[in-house]
Amino acid sequence: MTAPLVDISSVSHRFGQQTVLKNVSLRIEPGSYTILLGPSGSGKTTLLSILGGFVTPSEGKVFIRGEDCTSVPPAKRPTTTVFQDYALFPHMSVGSNVGFGLRMQGVDAATRGARAREALALVGLAAAFDKKPHQLSGGQRQRVALARALVIEPAVLLLDEPLGALDLKLRRQMQDELKAIQKRVGTAFIHVTHDQEEAMALADHCVVMNDGRIEDEGPPERVYARPATRFSATFMGESTILAGTVTEAKNRTSAVATAVGQVSLPCALPVGSAVALAIRPEHLVLGATAGTARLGTARVSDVVFQGSFKRVLAASVEDPSLQFIARLPATATVRPGDTVAVSCDTDEIILLTD
Amino acid sequence: MRQIVRVASWLYALAVYGFIFLPVVVLVLFSLQATSFPIPPFTGPSLRWYDAVLSDPRLTSALVNSLLVASISSLTAVTLGFLSAWVFARFVLPGSGLLRGLITLPLTVSYLIIGMGLLVLFNWAGVPKSLLAAGIGHVVINLPLCFAIIYSQMGDHQINIERAARDLGAPEWKVLLLITVPVMAPAIFAGFFLSMTFSWDEFVISFLLTRFDTTLPVEIWNLLRSGLNPKTNAVGSLVFAVSIILVVLFELTLLRRRKA
Repeated sequence: MTAPLVDISSVSHRFGQQTVLKNVSLRIEPGSYTILLGPSGSGKTTLLSILGGFVTPSEGKVFIRGEDCTSVPPAKRPTTTVFQDYALFPHMSVGSNVGFGLRMQGVDAATRGARAREALALVGLAAAFDKKPHQLSGGQRQRVALARALVIEPAVLLLDEPLGALDLKLRRQMQDELKAIQKRVGTAFIHVTHDQEEAMALADHCVVMNDGRIEDEGPPERVYARPATRFSATFMGESTILAGTVTEAKNRTSAVATAVGQVSLPCALPVGSAVALAIRPEHLVLGATAGTARLGTARVSDVVFQGSFKRVLAASVEDPSLQFIARLPATATVRPGDTVAVSCDTDEIILLTD
Repeated sequence: MRQIVRVASWLYALAVYGFIFLPVVVLVLFSLQATSFPIPPFTGPSLRWYDAVLSDPRLTSALVNSLLVASISSLTAVTLGFLSAWVFARFVLPGSGLLRGLITLPLTVSYLIIGMGLLVLFNWAGVPKSLLAAGIGHVVINLPLCFAIIYSQMGDHQINIERAARDLGAPEWKVLLLITVPVMAPAIFAGFFLSMTFSWDEFVISFLLTRFDTTLPVEIWNLLRSGLNPKTNAVGSLVFAVSIILVVLFELTLLRRRKA
């Protein structure tokens, strides 16, 4: 068992009266791609600033490669940051921008130039060496910022919403490139985003944050399939949430009473406890072919065609405040106003205990 | 009717510009006078009075003094103004607004009051009347100006650029020298040239704070006491030409800033 590359230990941070991080602990493994995912105000950017050394936490410690870096200034820690607005030096050429970190280390001009060219080639911008930043497009500036941060071979590369300023198509393309570059250089990347698709596509390790806390962390497949909390079930992809009470428990099976009927789950739960059940849109079945758990009937309120599938919203007849979110094949024939039976497989129901 | 309005507005414009520029035109015109009195009729053009100015050791040494005082005091004012602007823009200071107000306050105080205040202060401190004293006076009047120009251009968008430099291993003095100063260069040059312009033709403070070696405006005043002659016109035209050059340089640096 190797020591973690980064060990964030019980970090809390306050800006004035406001607590933005509440006792956060997190370990980052060498060579991993970690995504900090959360809505704005969740504390993810503050956590990244603490890692980069721009903010000293009110409480707790940060260890990088086993060393206590809690109050080490940015210049002296083995991290570099790719800023959201790229923060390129406007008065320097692209080559000088990329070579700046090496210049600060006292590397001579010839070596600097060669290594800056290498780094630019890595991000596919070898030809831009002599250009000025304002001559480049947004996506190209992004790559220069990446090359500039990577060229000094940091232990950890921090990316603050690096794709936020790009349009959707470019974002998806840069996303693939980021992943490829990370695999090639083998540096640990920590990337902040509020885009859950970006998180699922890039992360080896996905950390879902909300209100200054880590809600859930793990491989994105696990976080999606078995979210630990209600927040993570609704933020990382969509879910229909059913509230219920356990009425009976025997033989490792529990019966849960919900507004749309009784659902039995293959696990033992304390009788009388309140639970929430989450069901992913692709697991909901609308119409005749019923799954093992019946969830009453619903009136379809909206059908949105999205190319490869149809996103359907349906309000439960038994409990009008309950909204089902389902994903049906593009060939499905439901129309707004239809009343359909709703069901799903018991195995696909995610139990949330908070 | 429309014709009359147009003619009237042309006449008005002509009168306004005439009012502003006629004295300067007359000054420059009679500096080219060939005879000994700067009064009509115009007898030139001739460069004899410019020749007389440039061969007068008192005037030429005053010209060199003026250039020295203007450039050194402007350099000092722009350096101090830049450093204070940087501190106000980058650090949270207690009473920041009040302190910023205080630093720009001398802009509203008349040069006469500043000059008299410095005269009293220097007397008390035992600093003799000199070009150095006048130079310090010019720093006092130009520092607030440099501060205001540079502070207004020091936006939040440069904070991340400085952070990036620090993140890549730059110590604070290198961040300032390699990143902040070059990025702020247009505002710094603008502040410098405007300070030069003001110091170049500043009279009251120089008059109060210098004695034997003095600046050009004070020397011109000495010259005028012995009556008008085309030599005063010639030296006045030279002062005006240098001012124009400085103002044009100031405008150009600001303009380049806006295009970028």
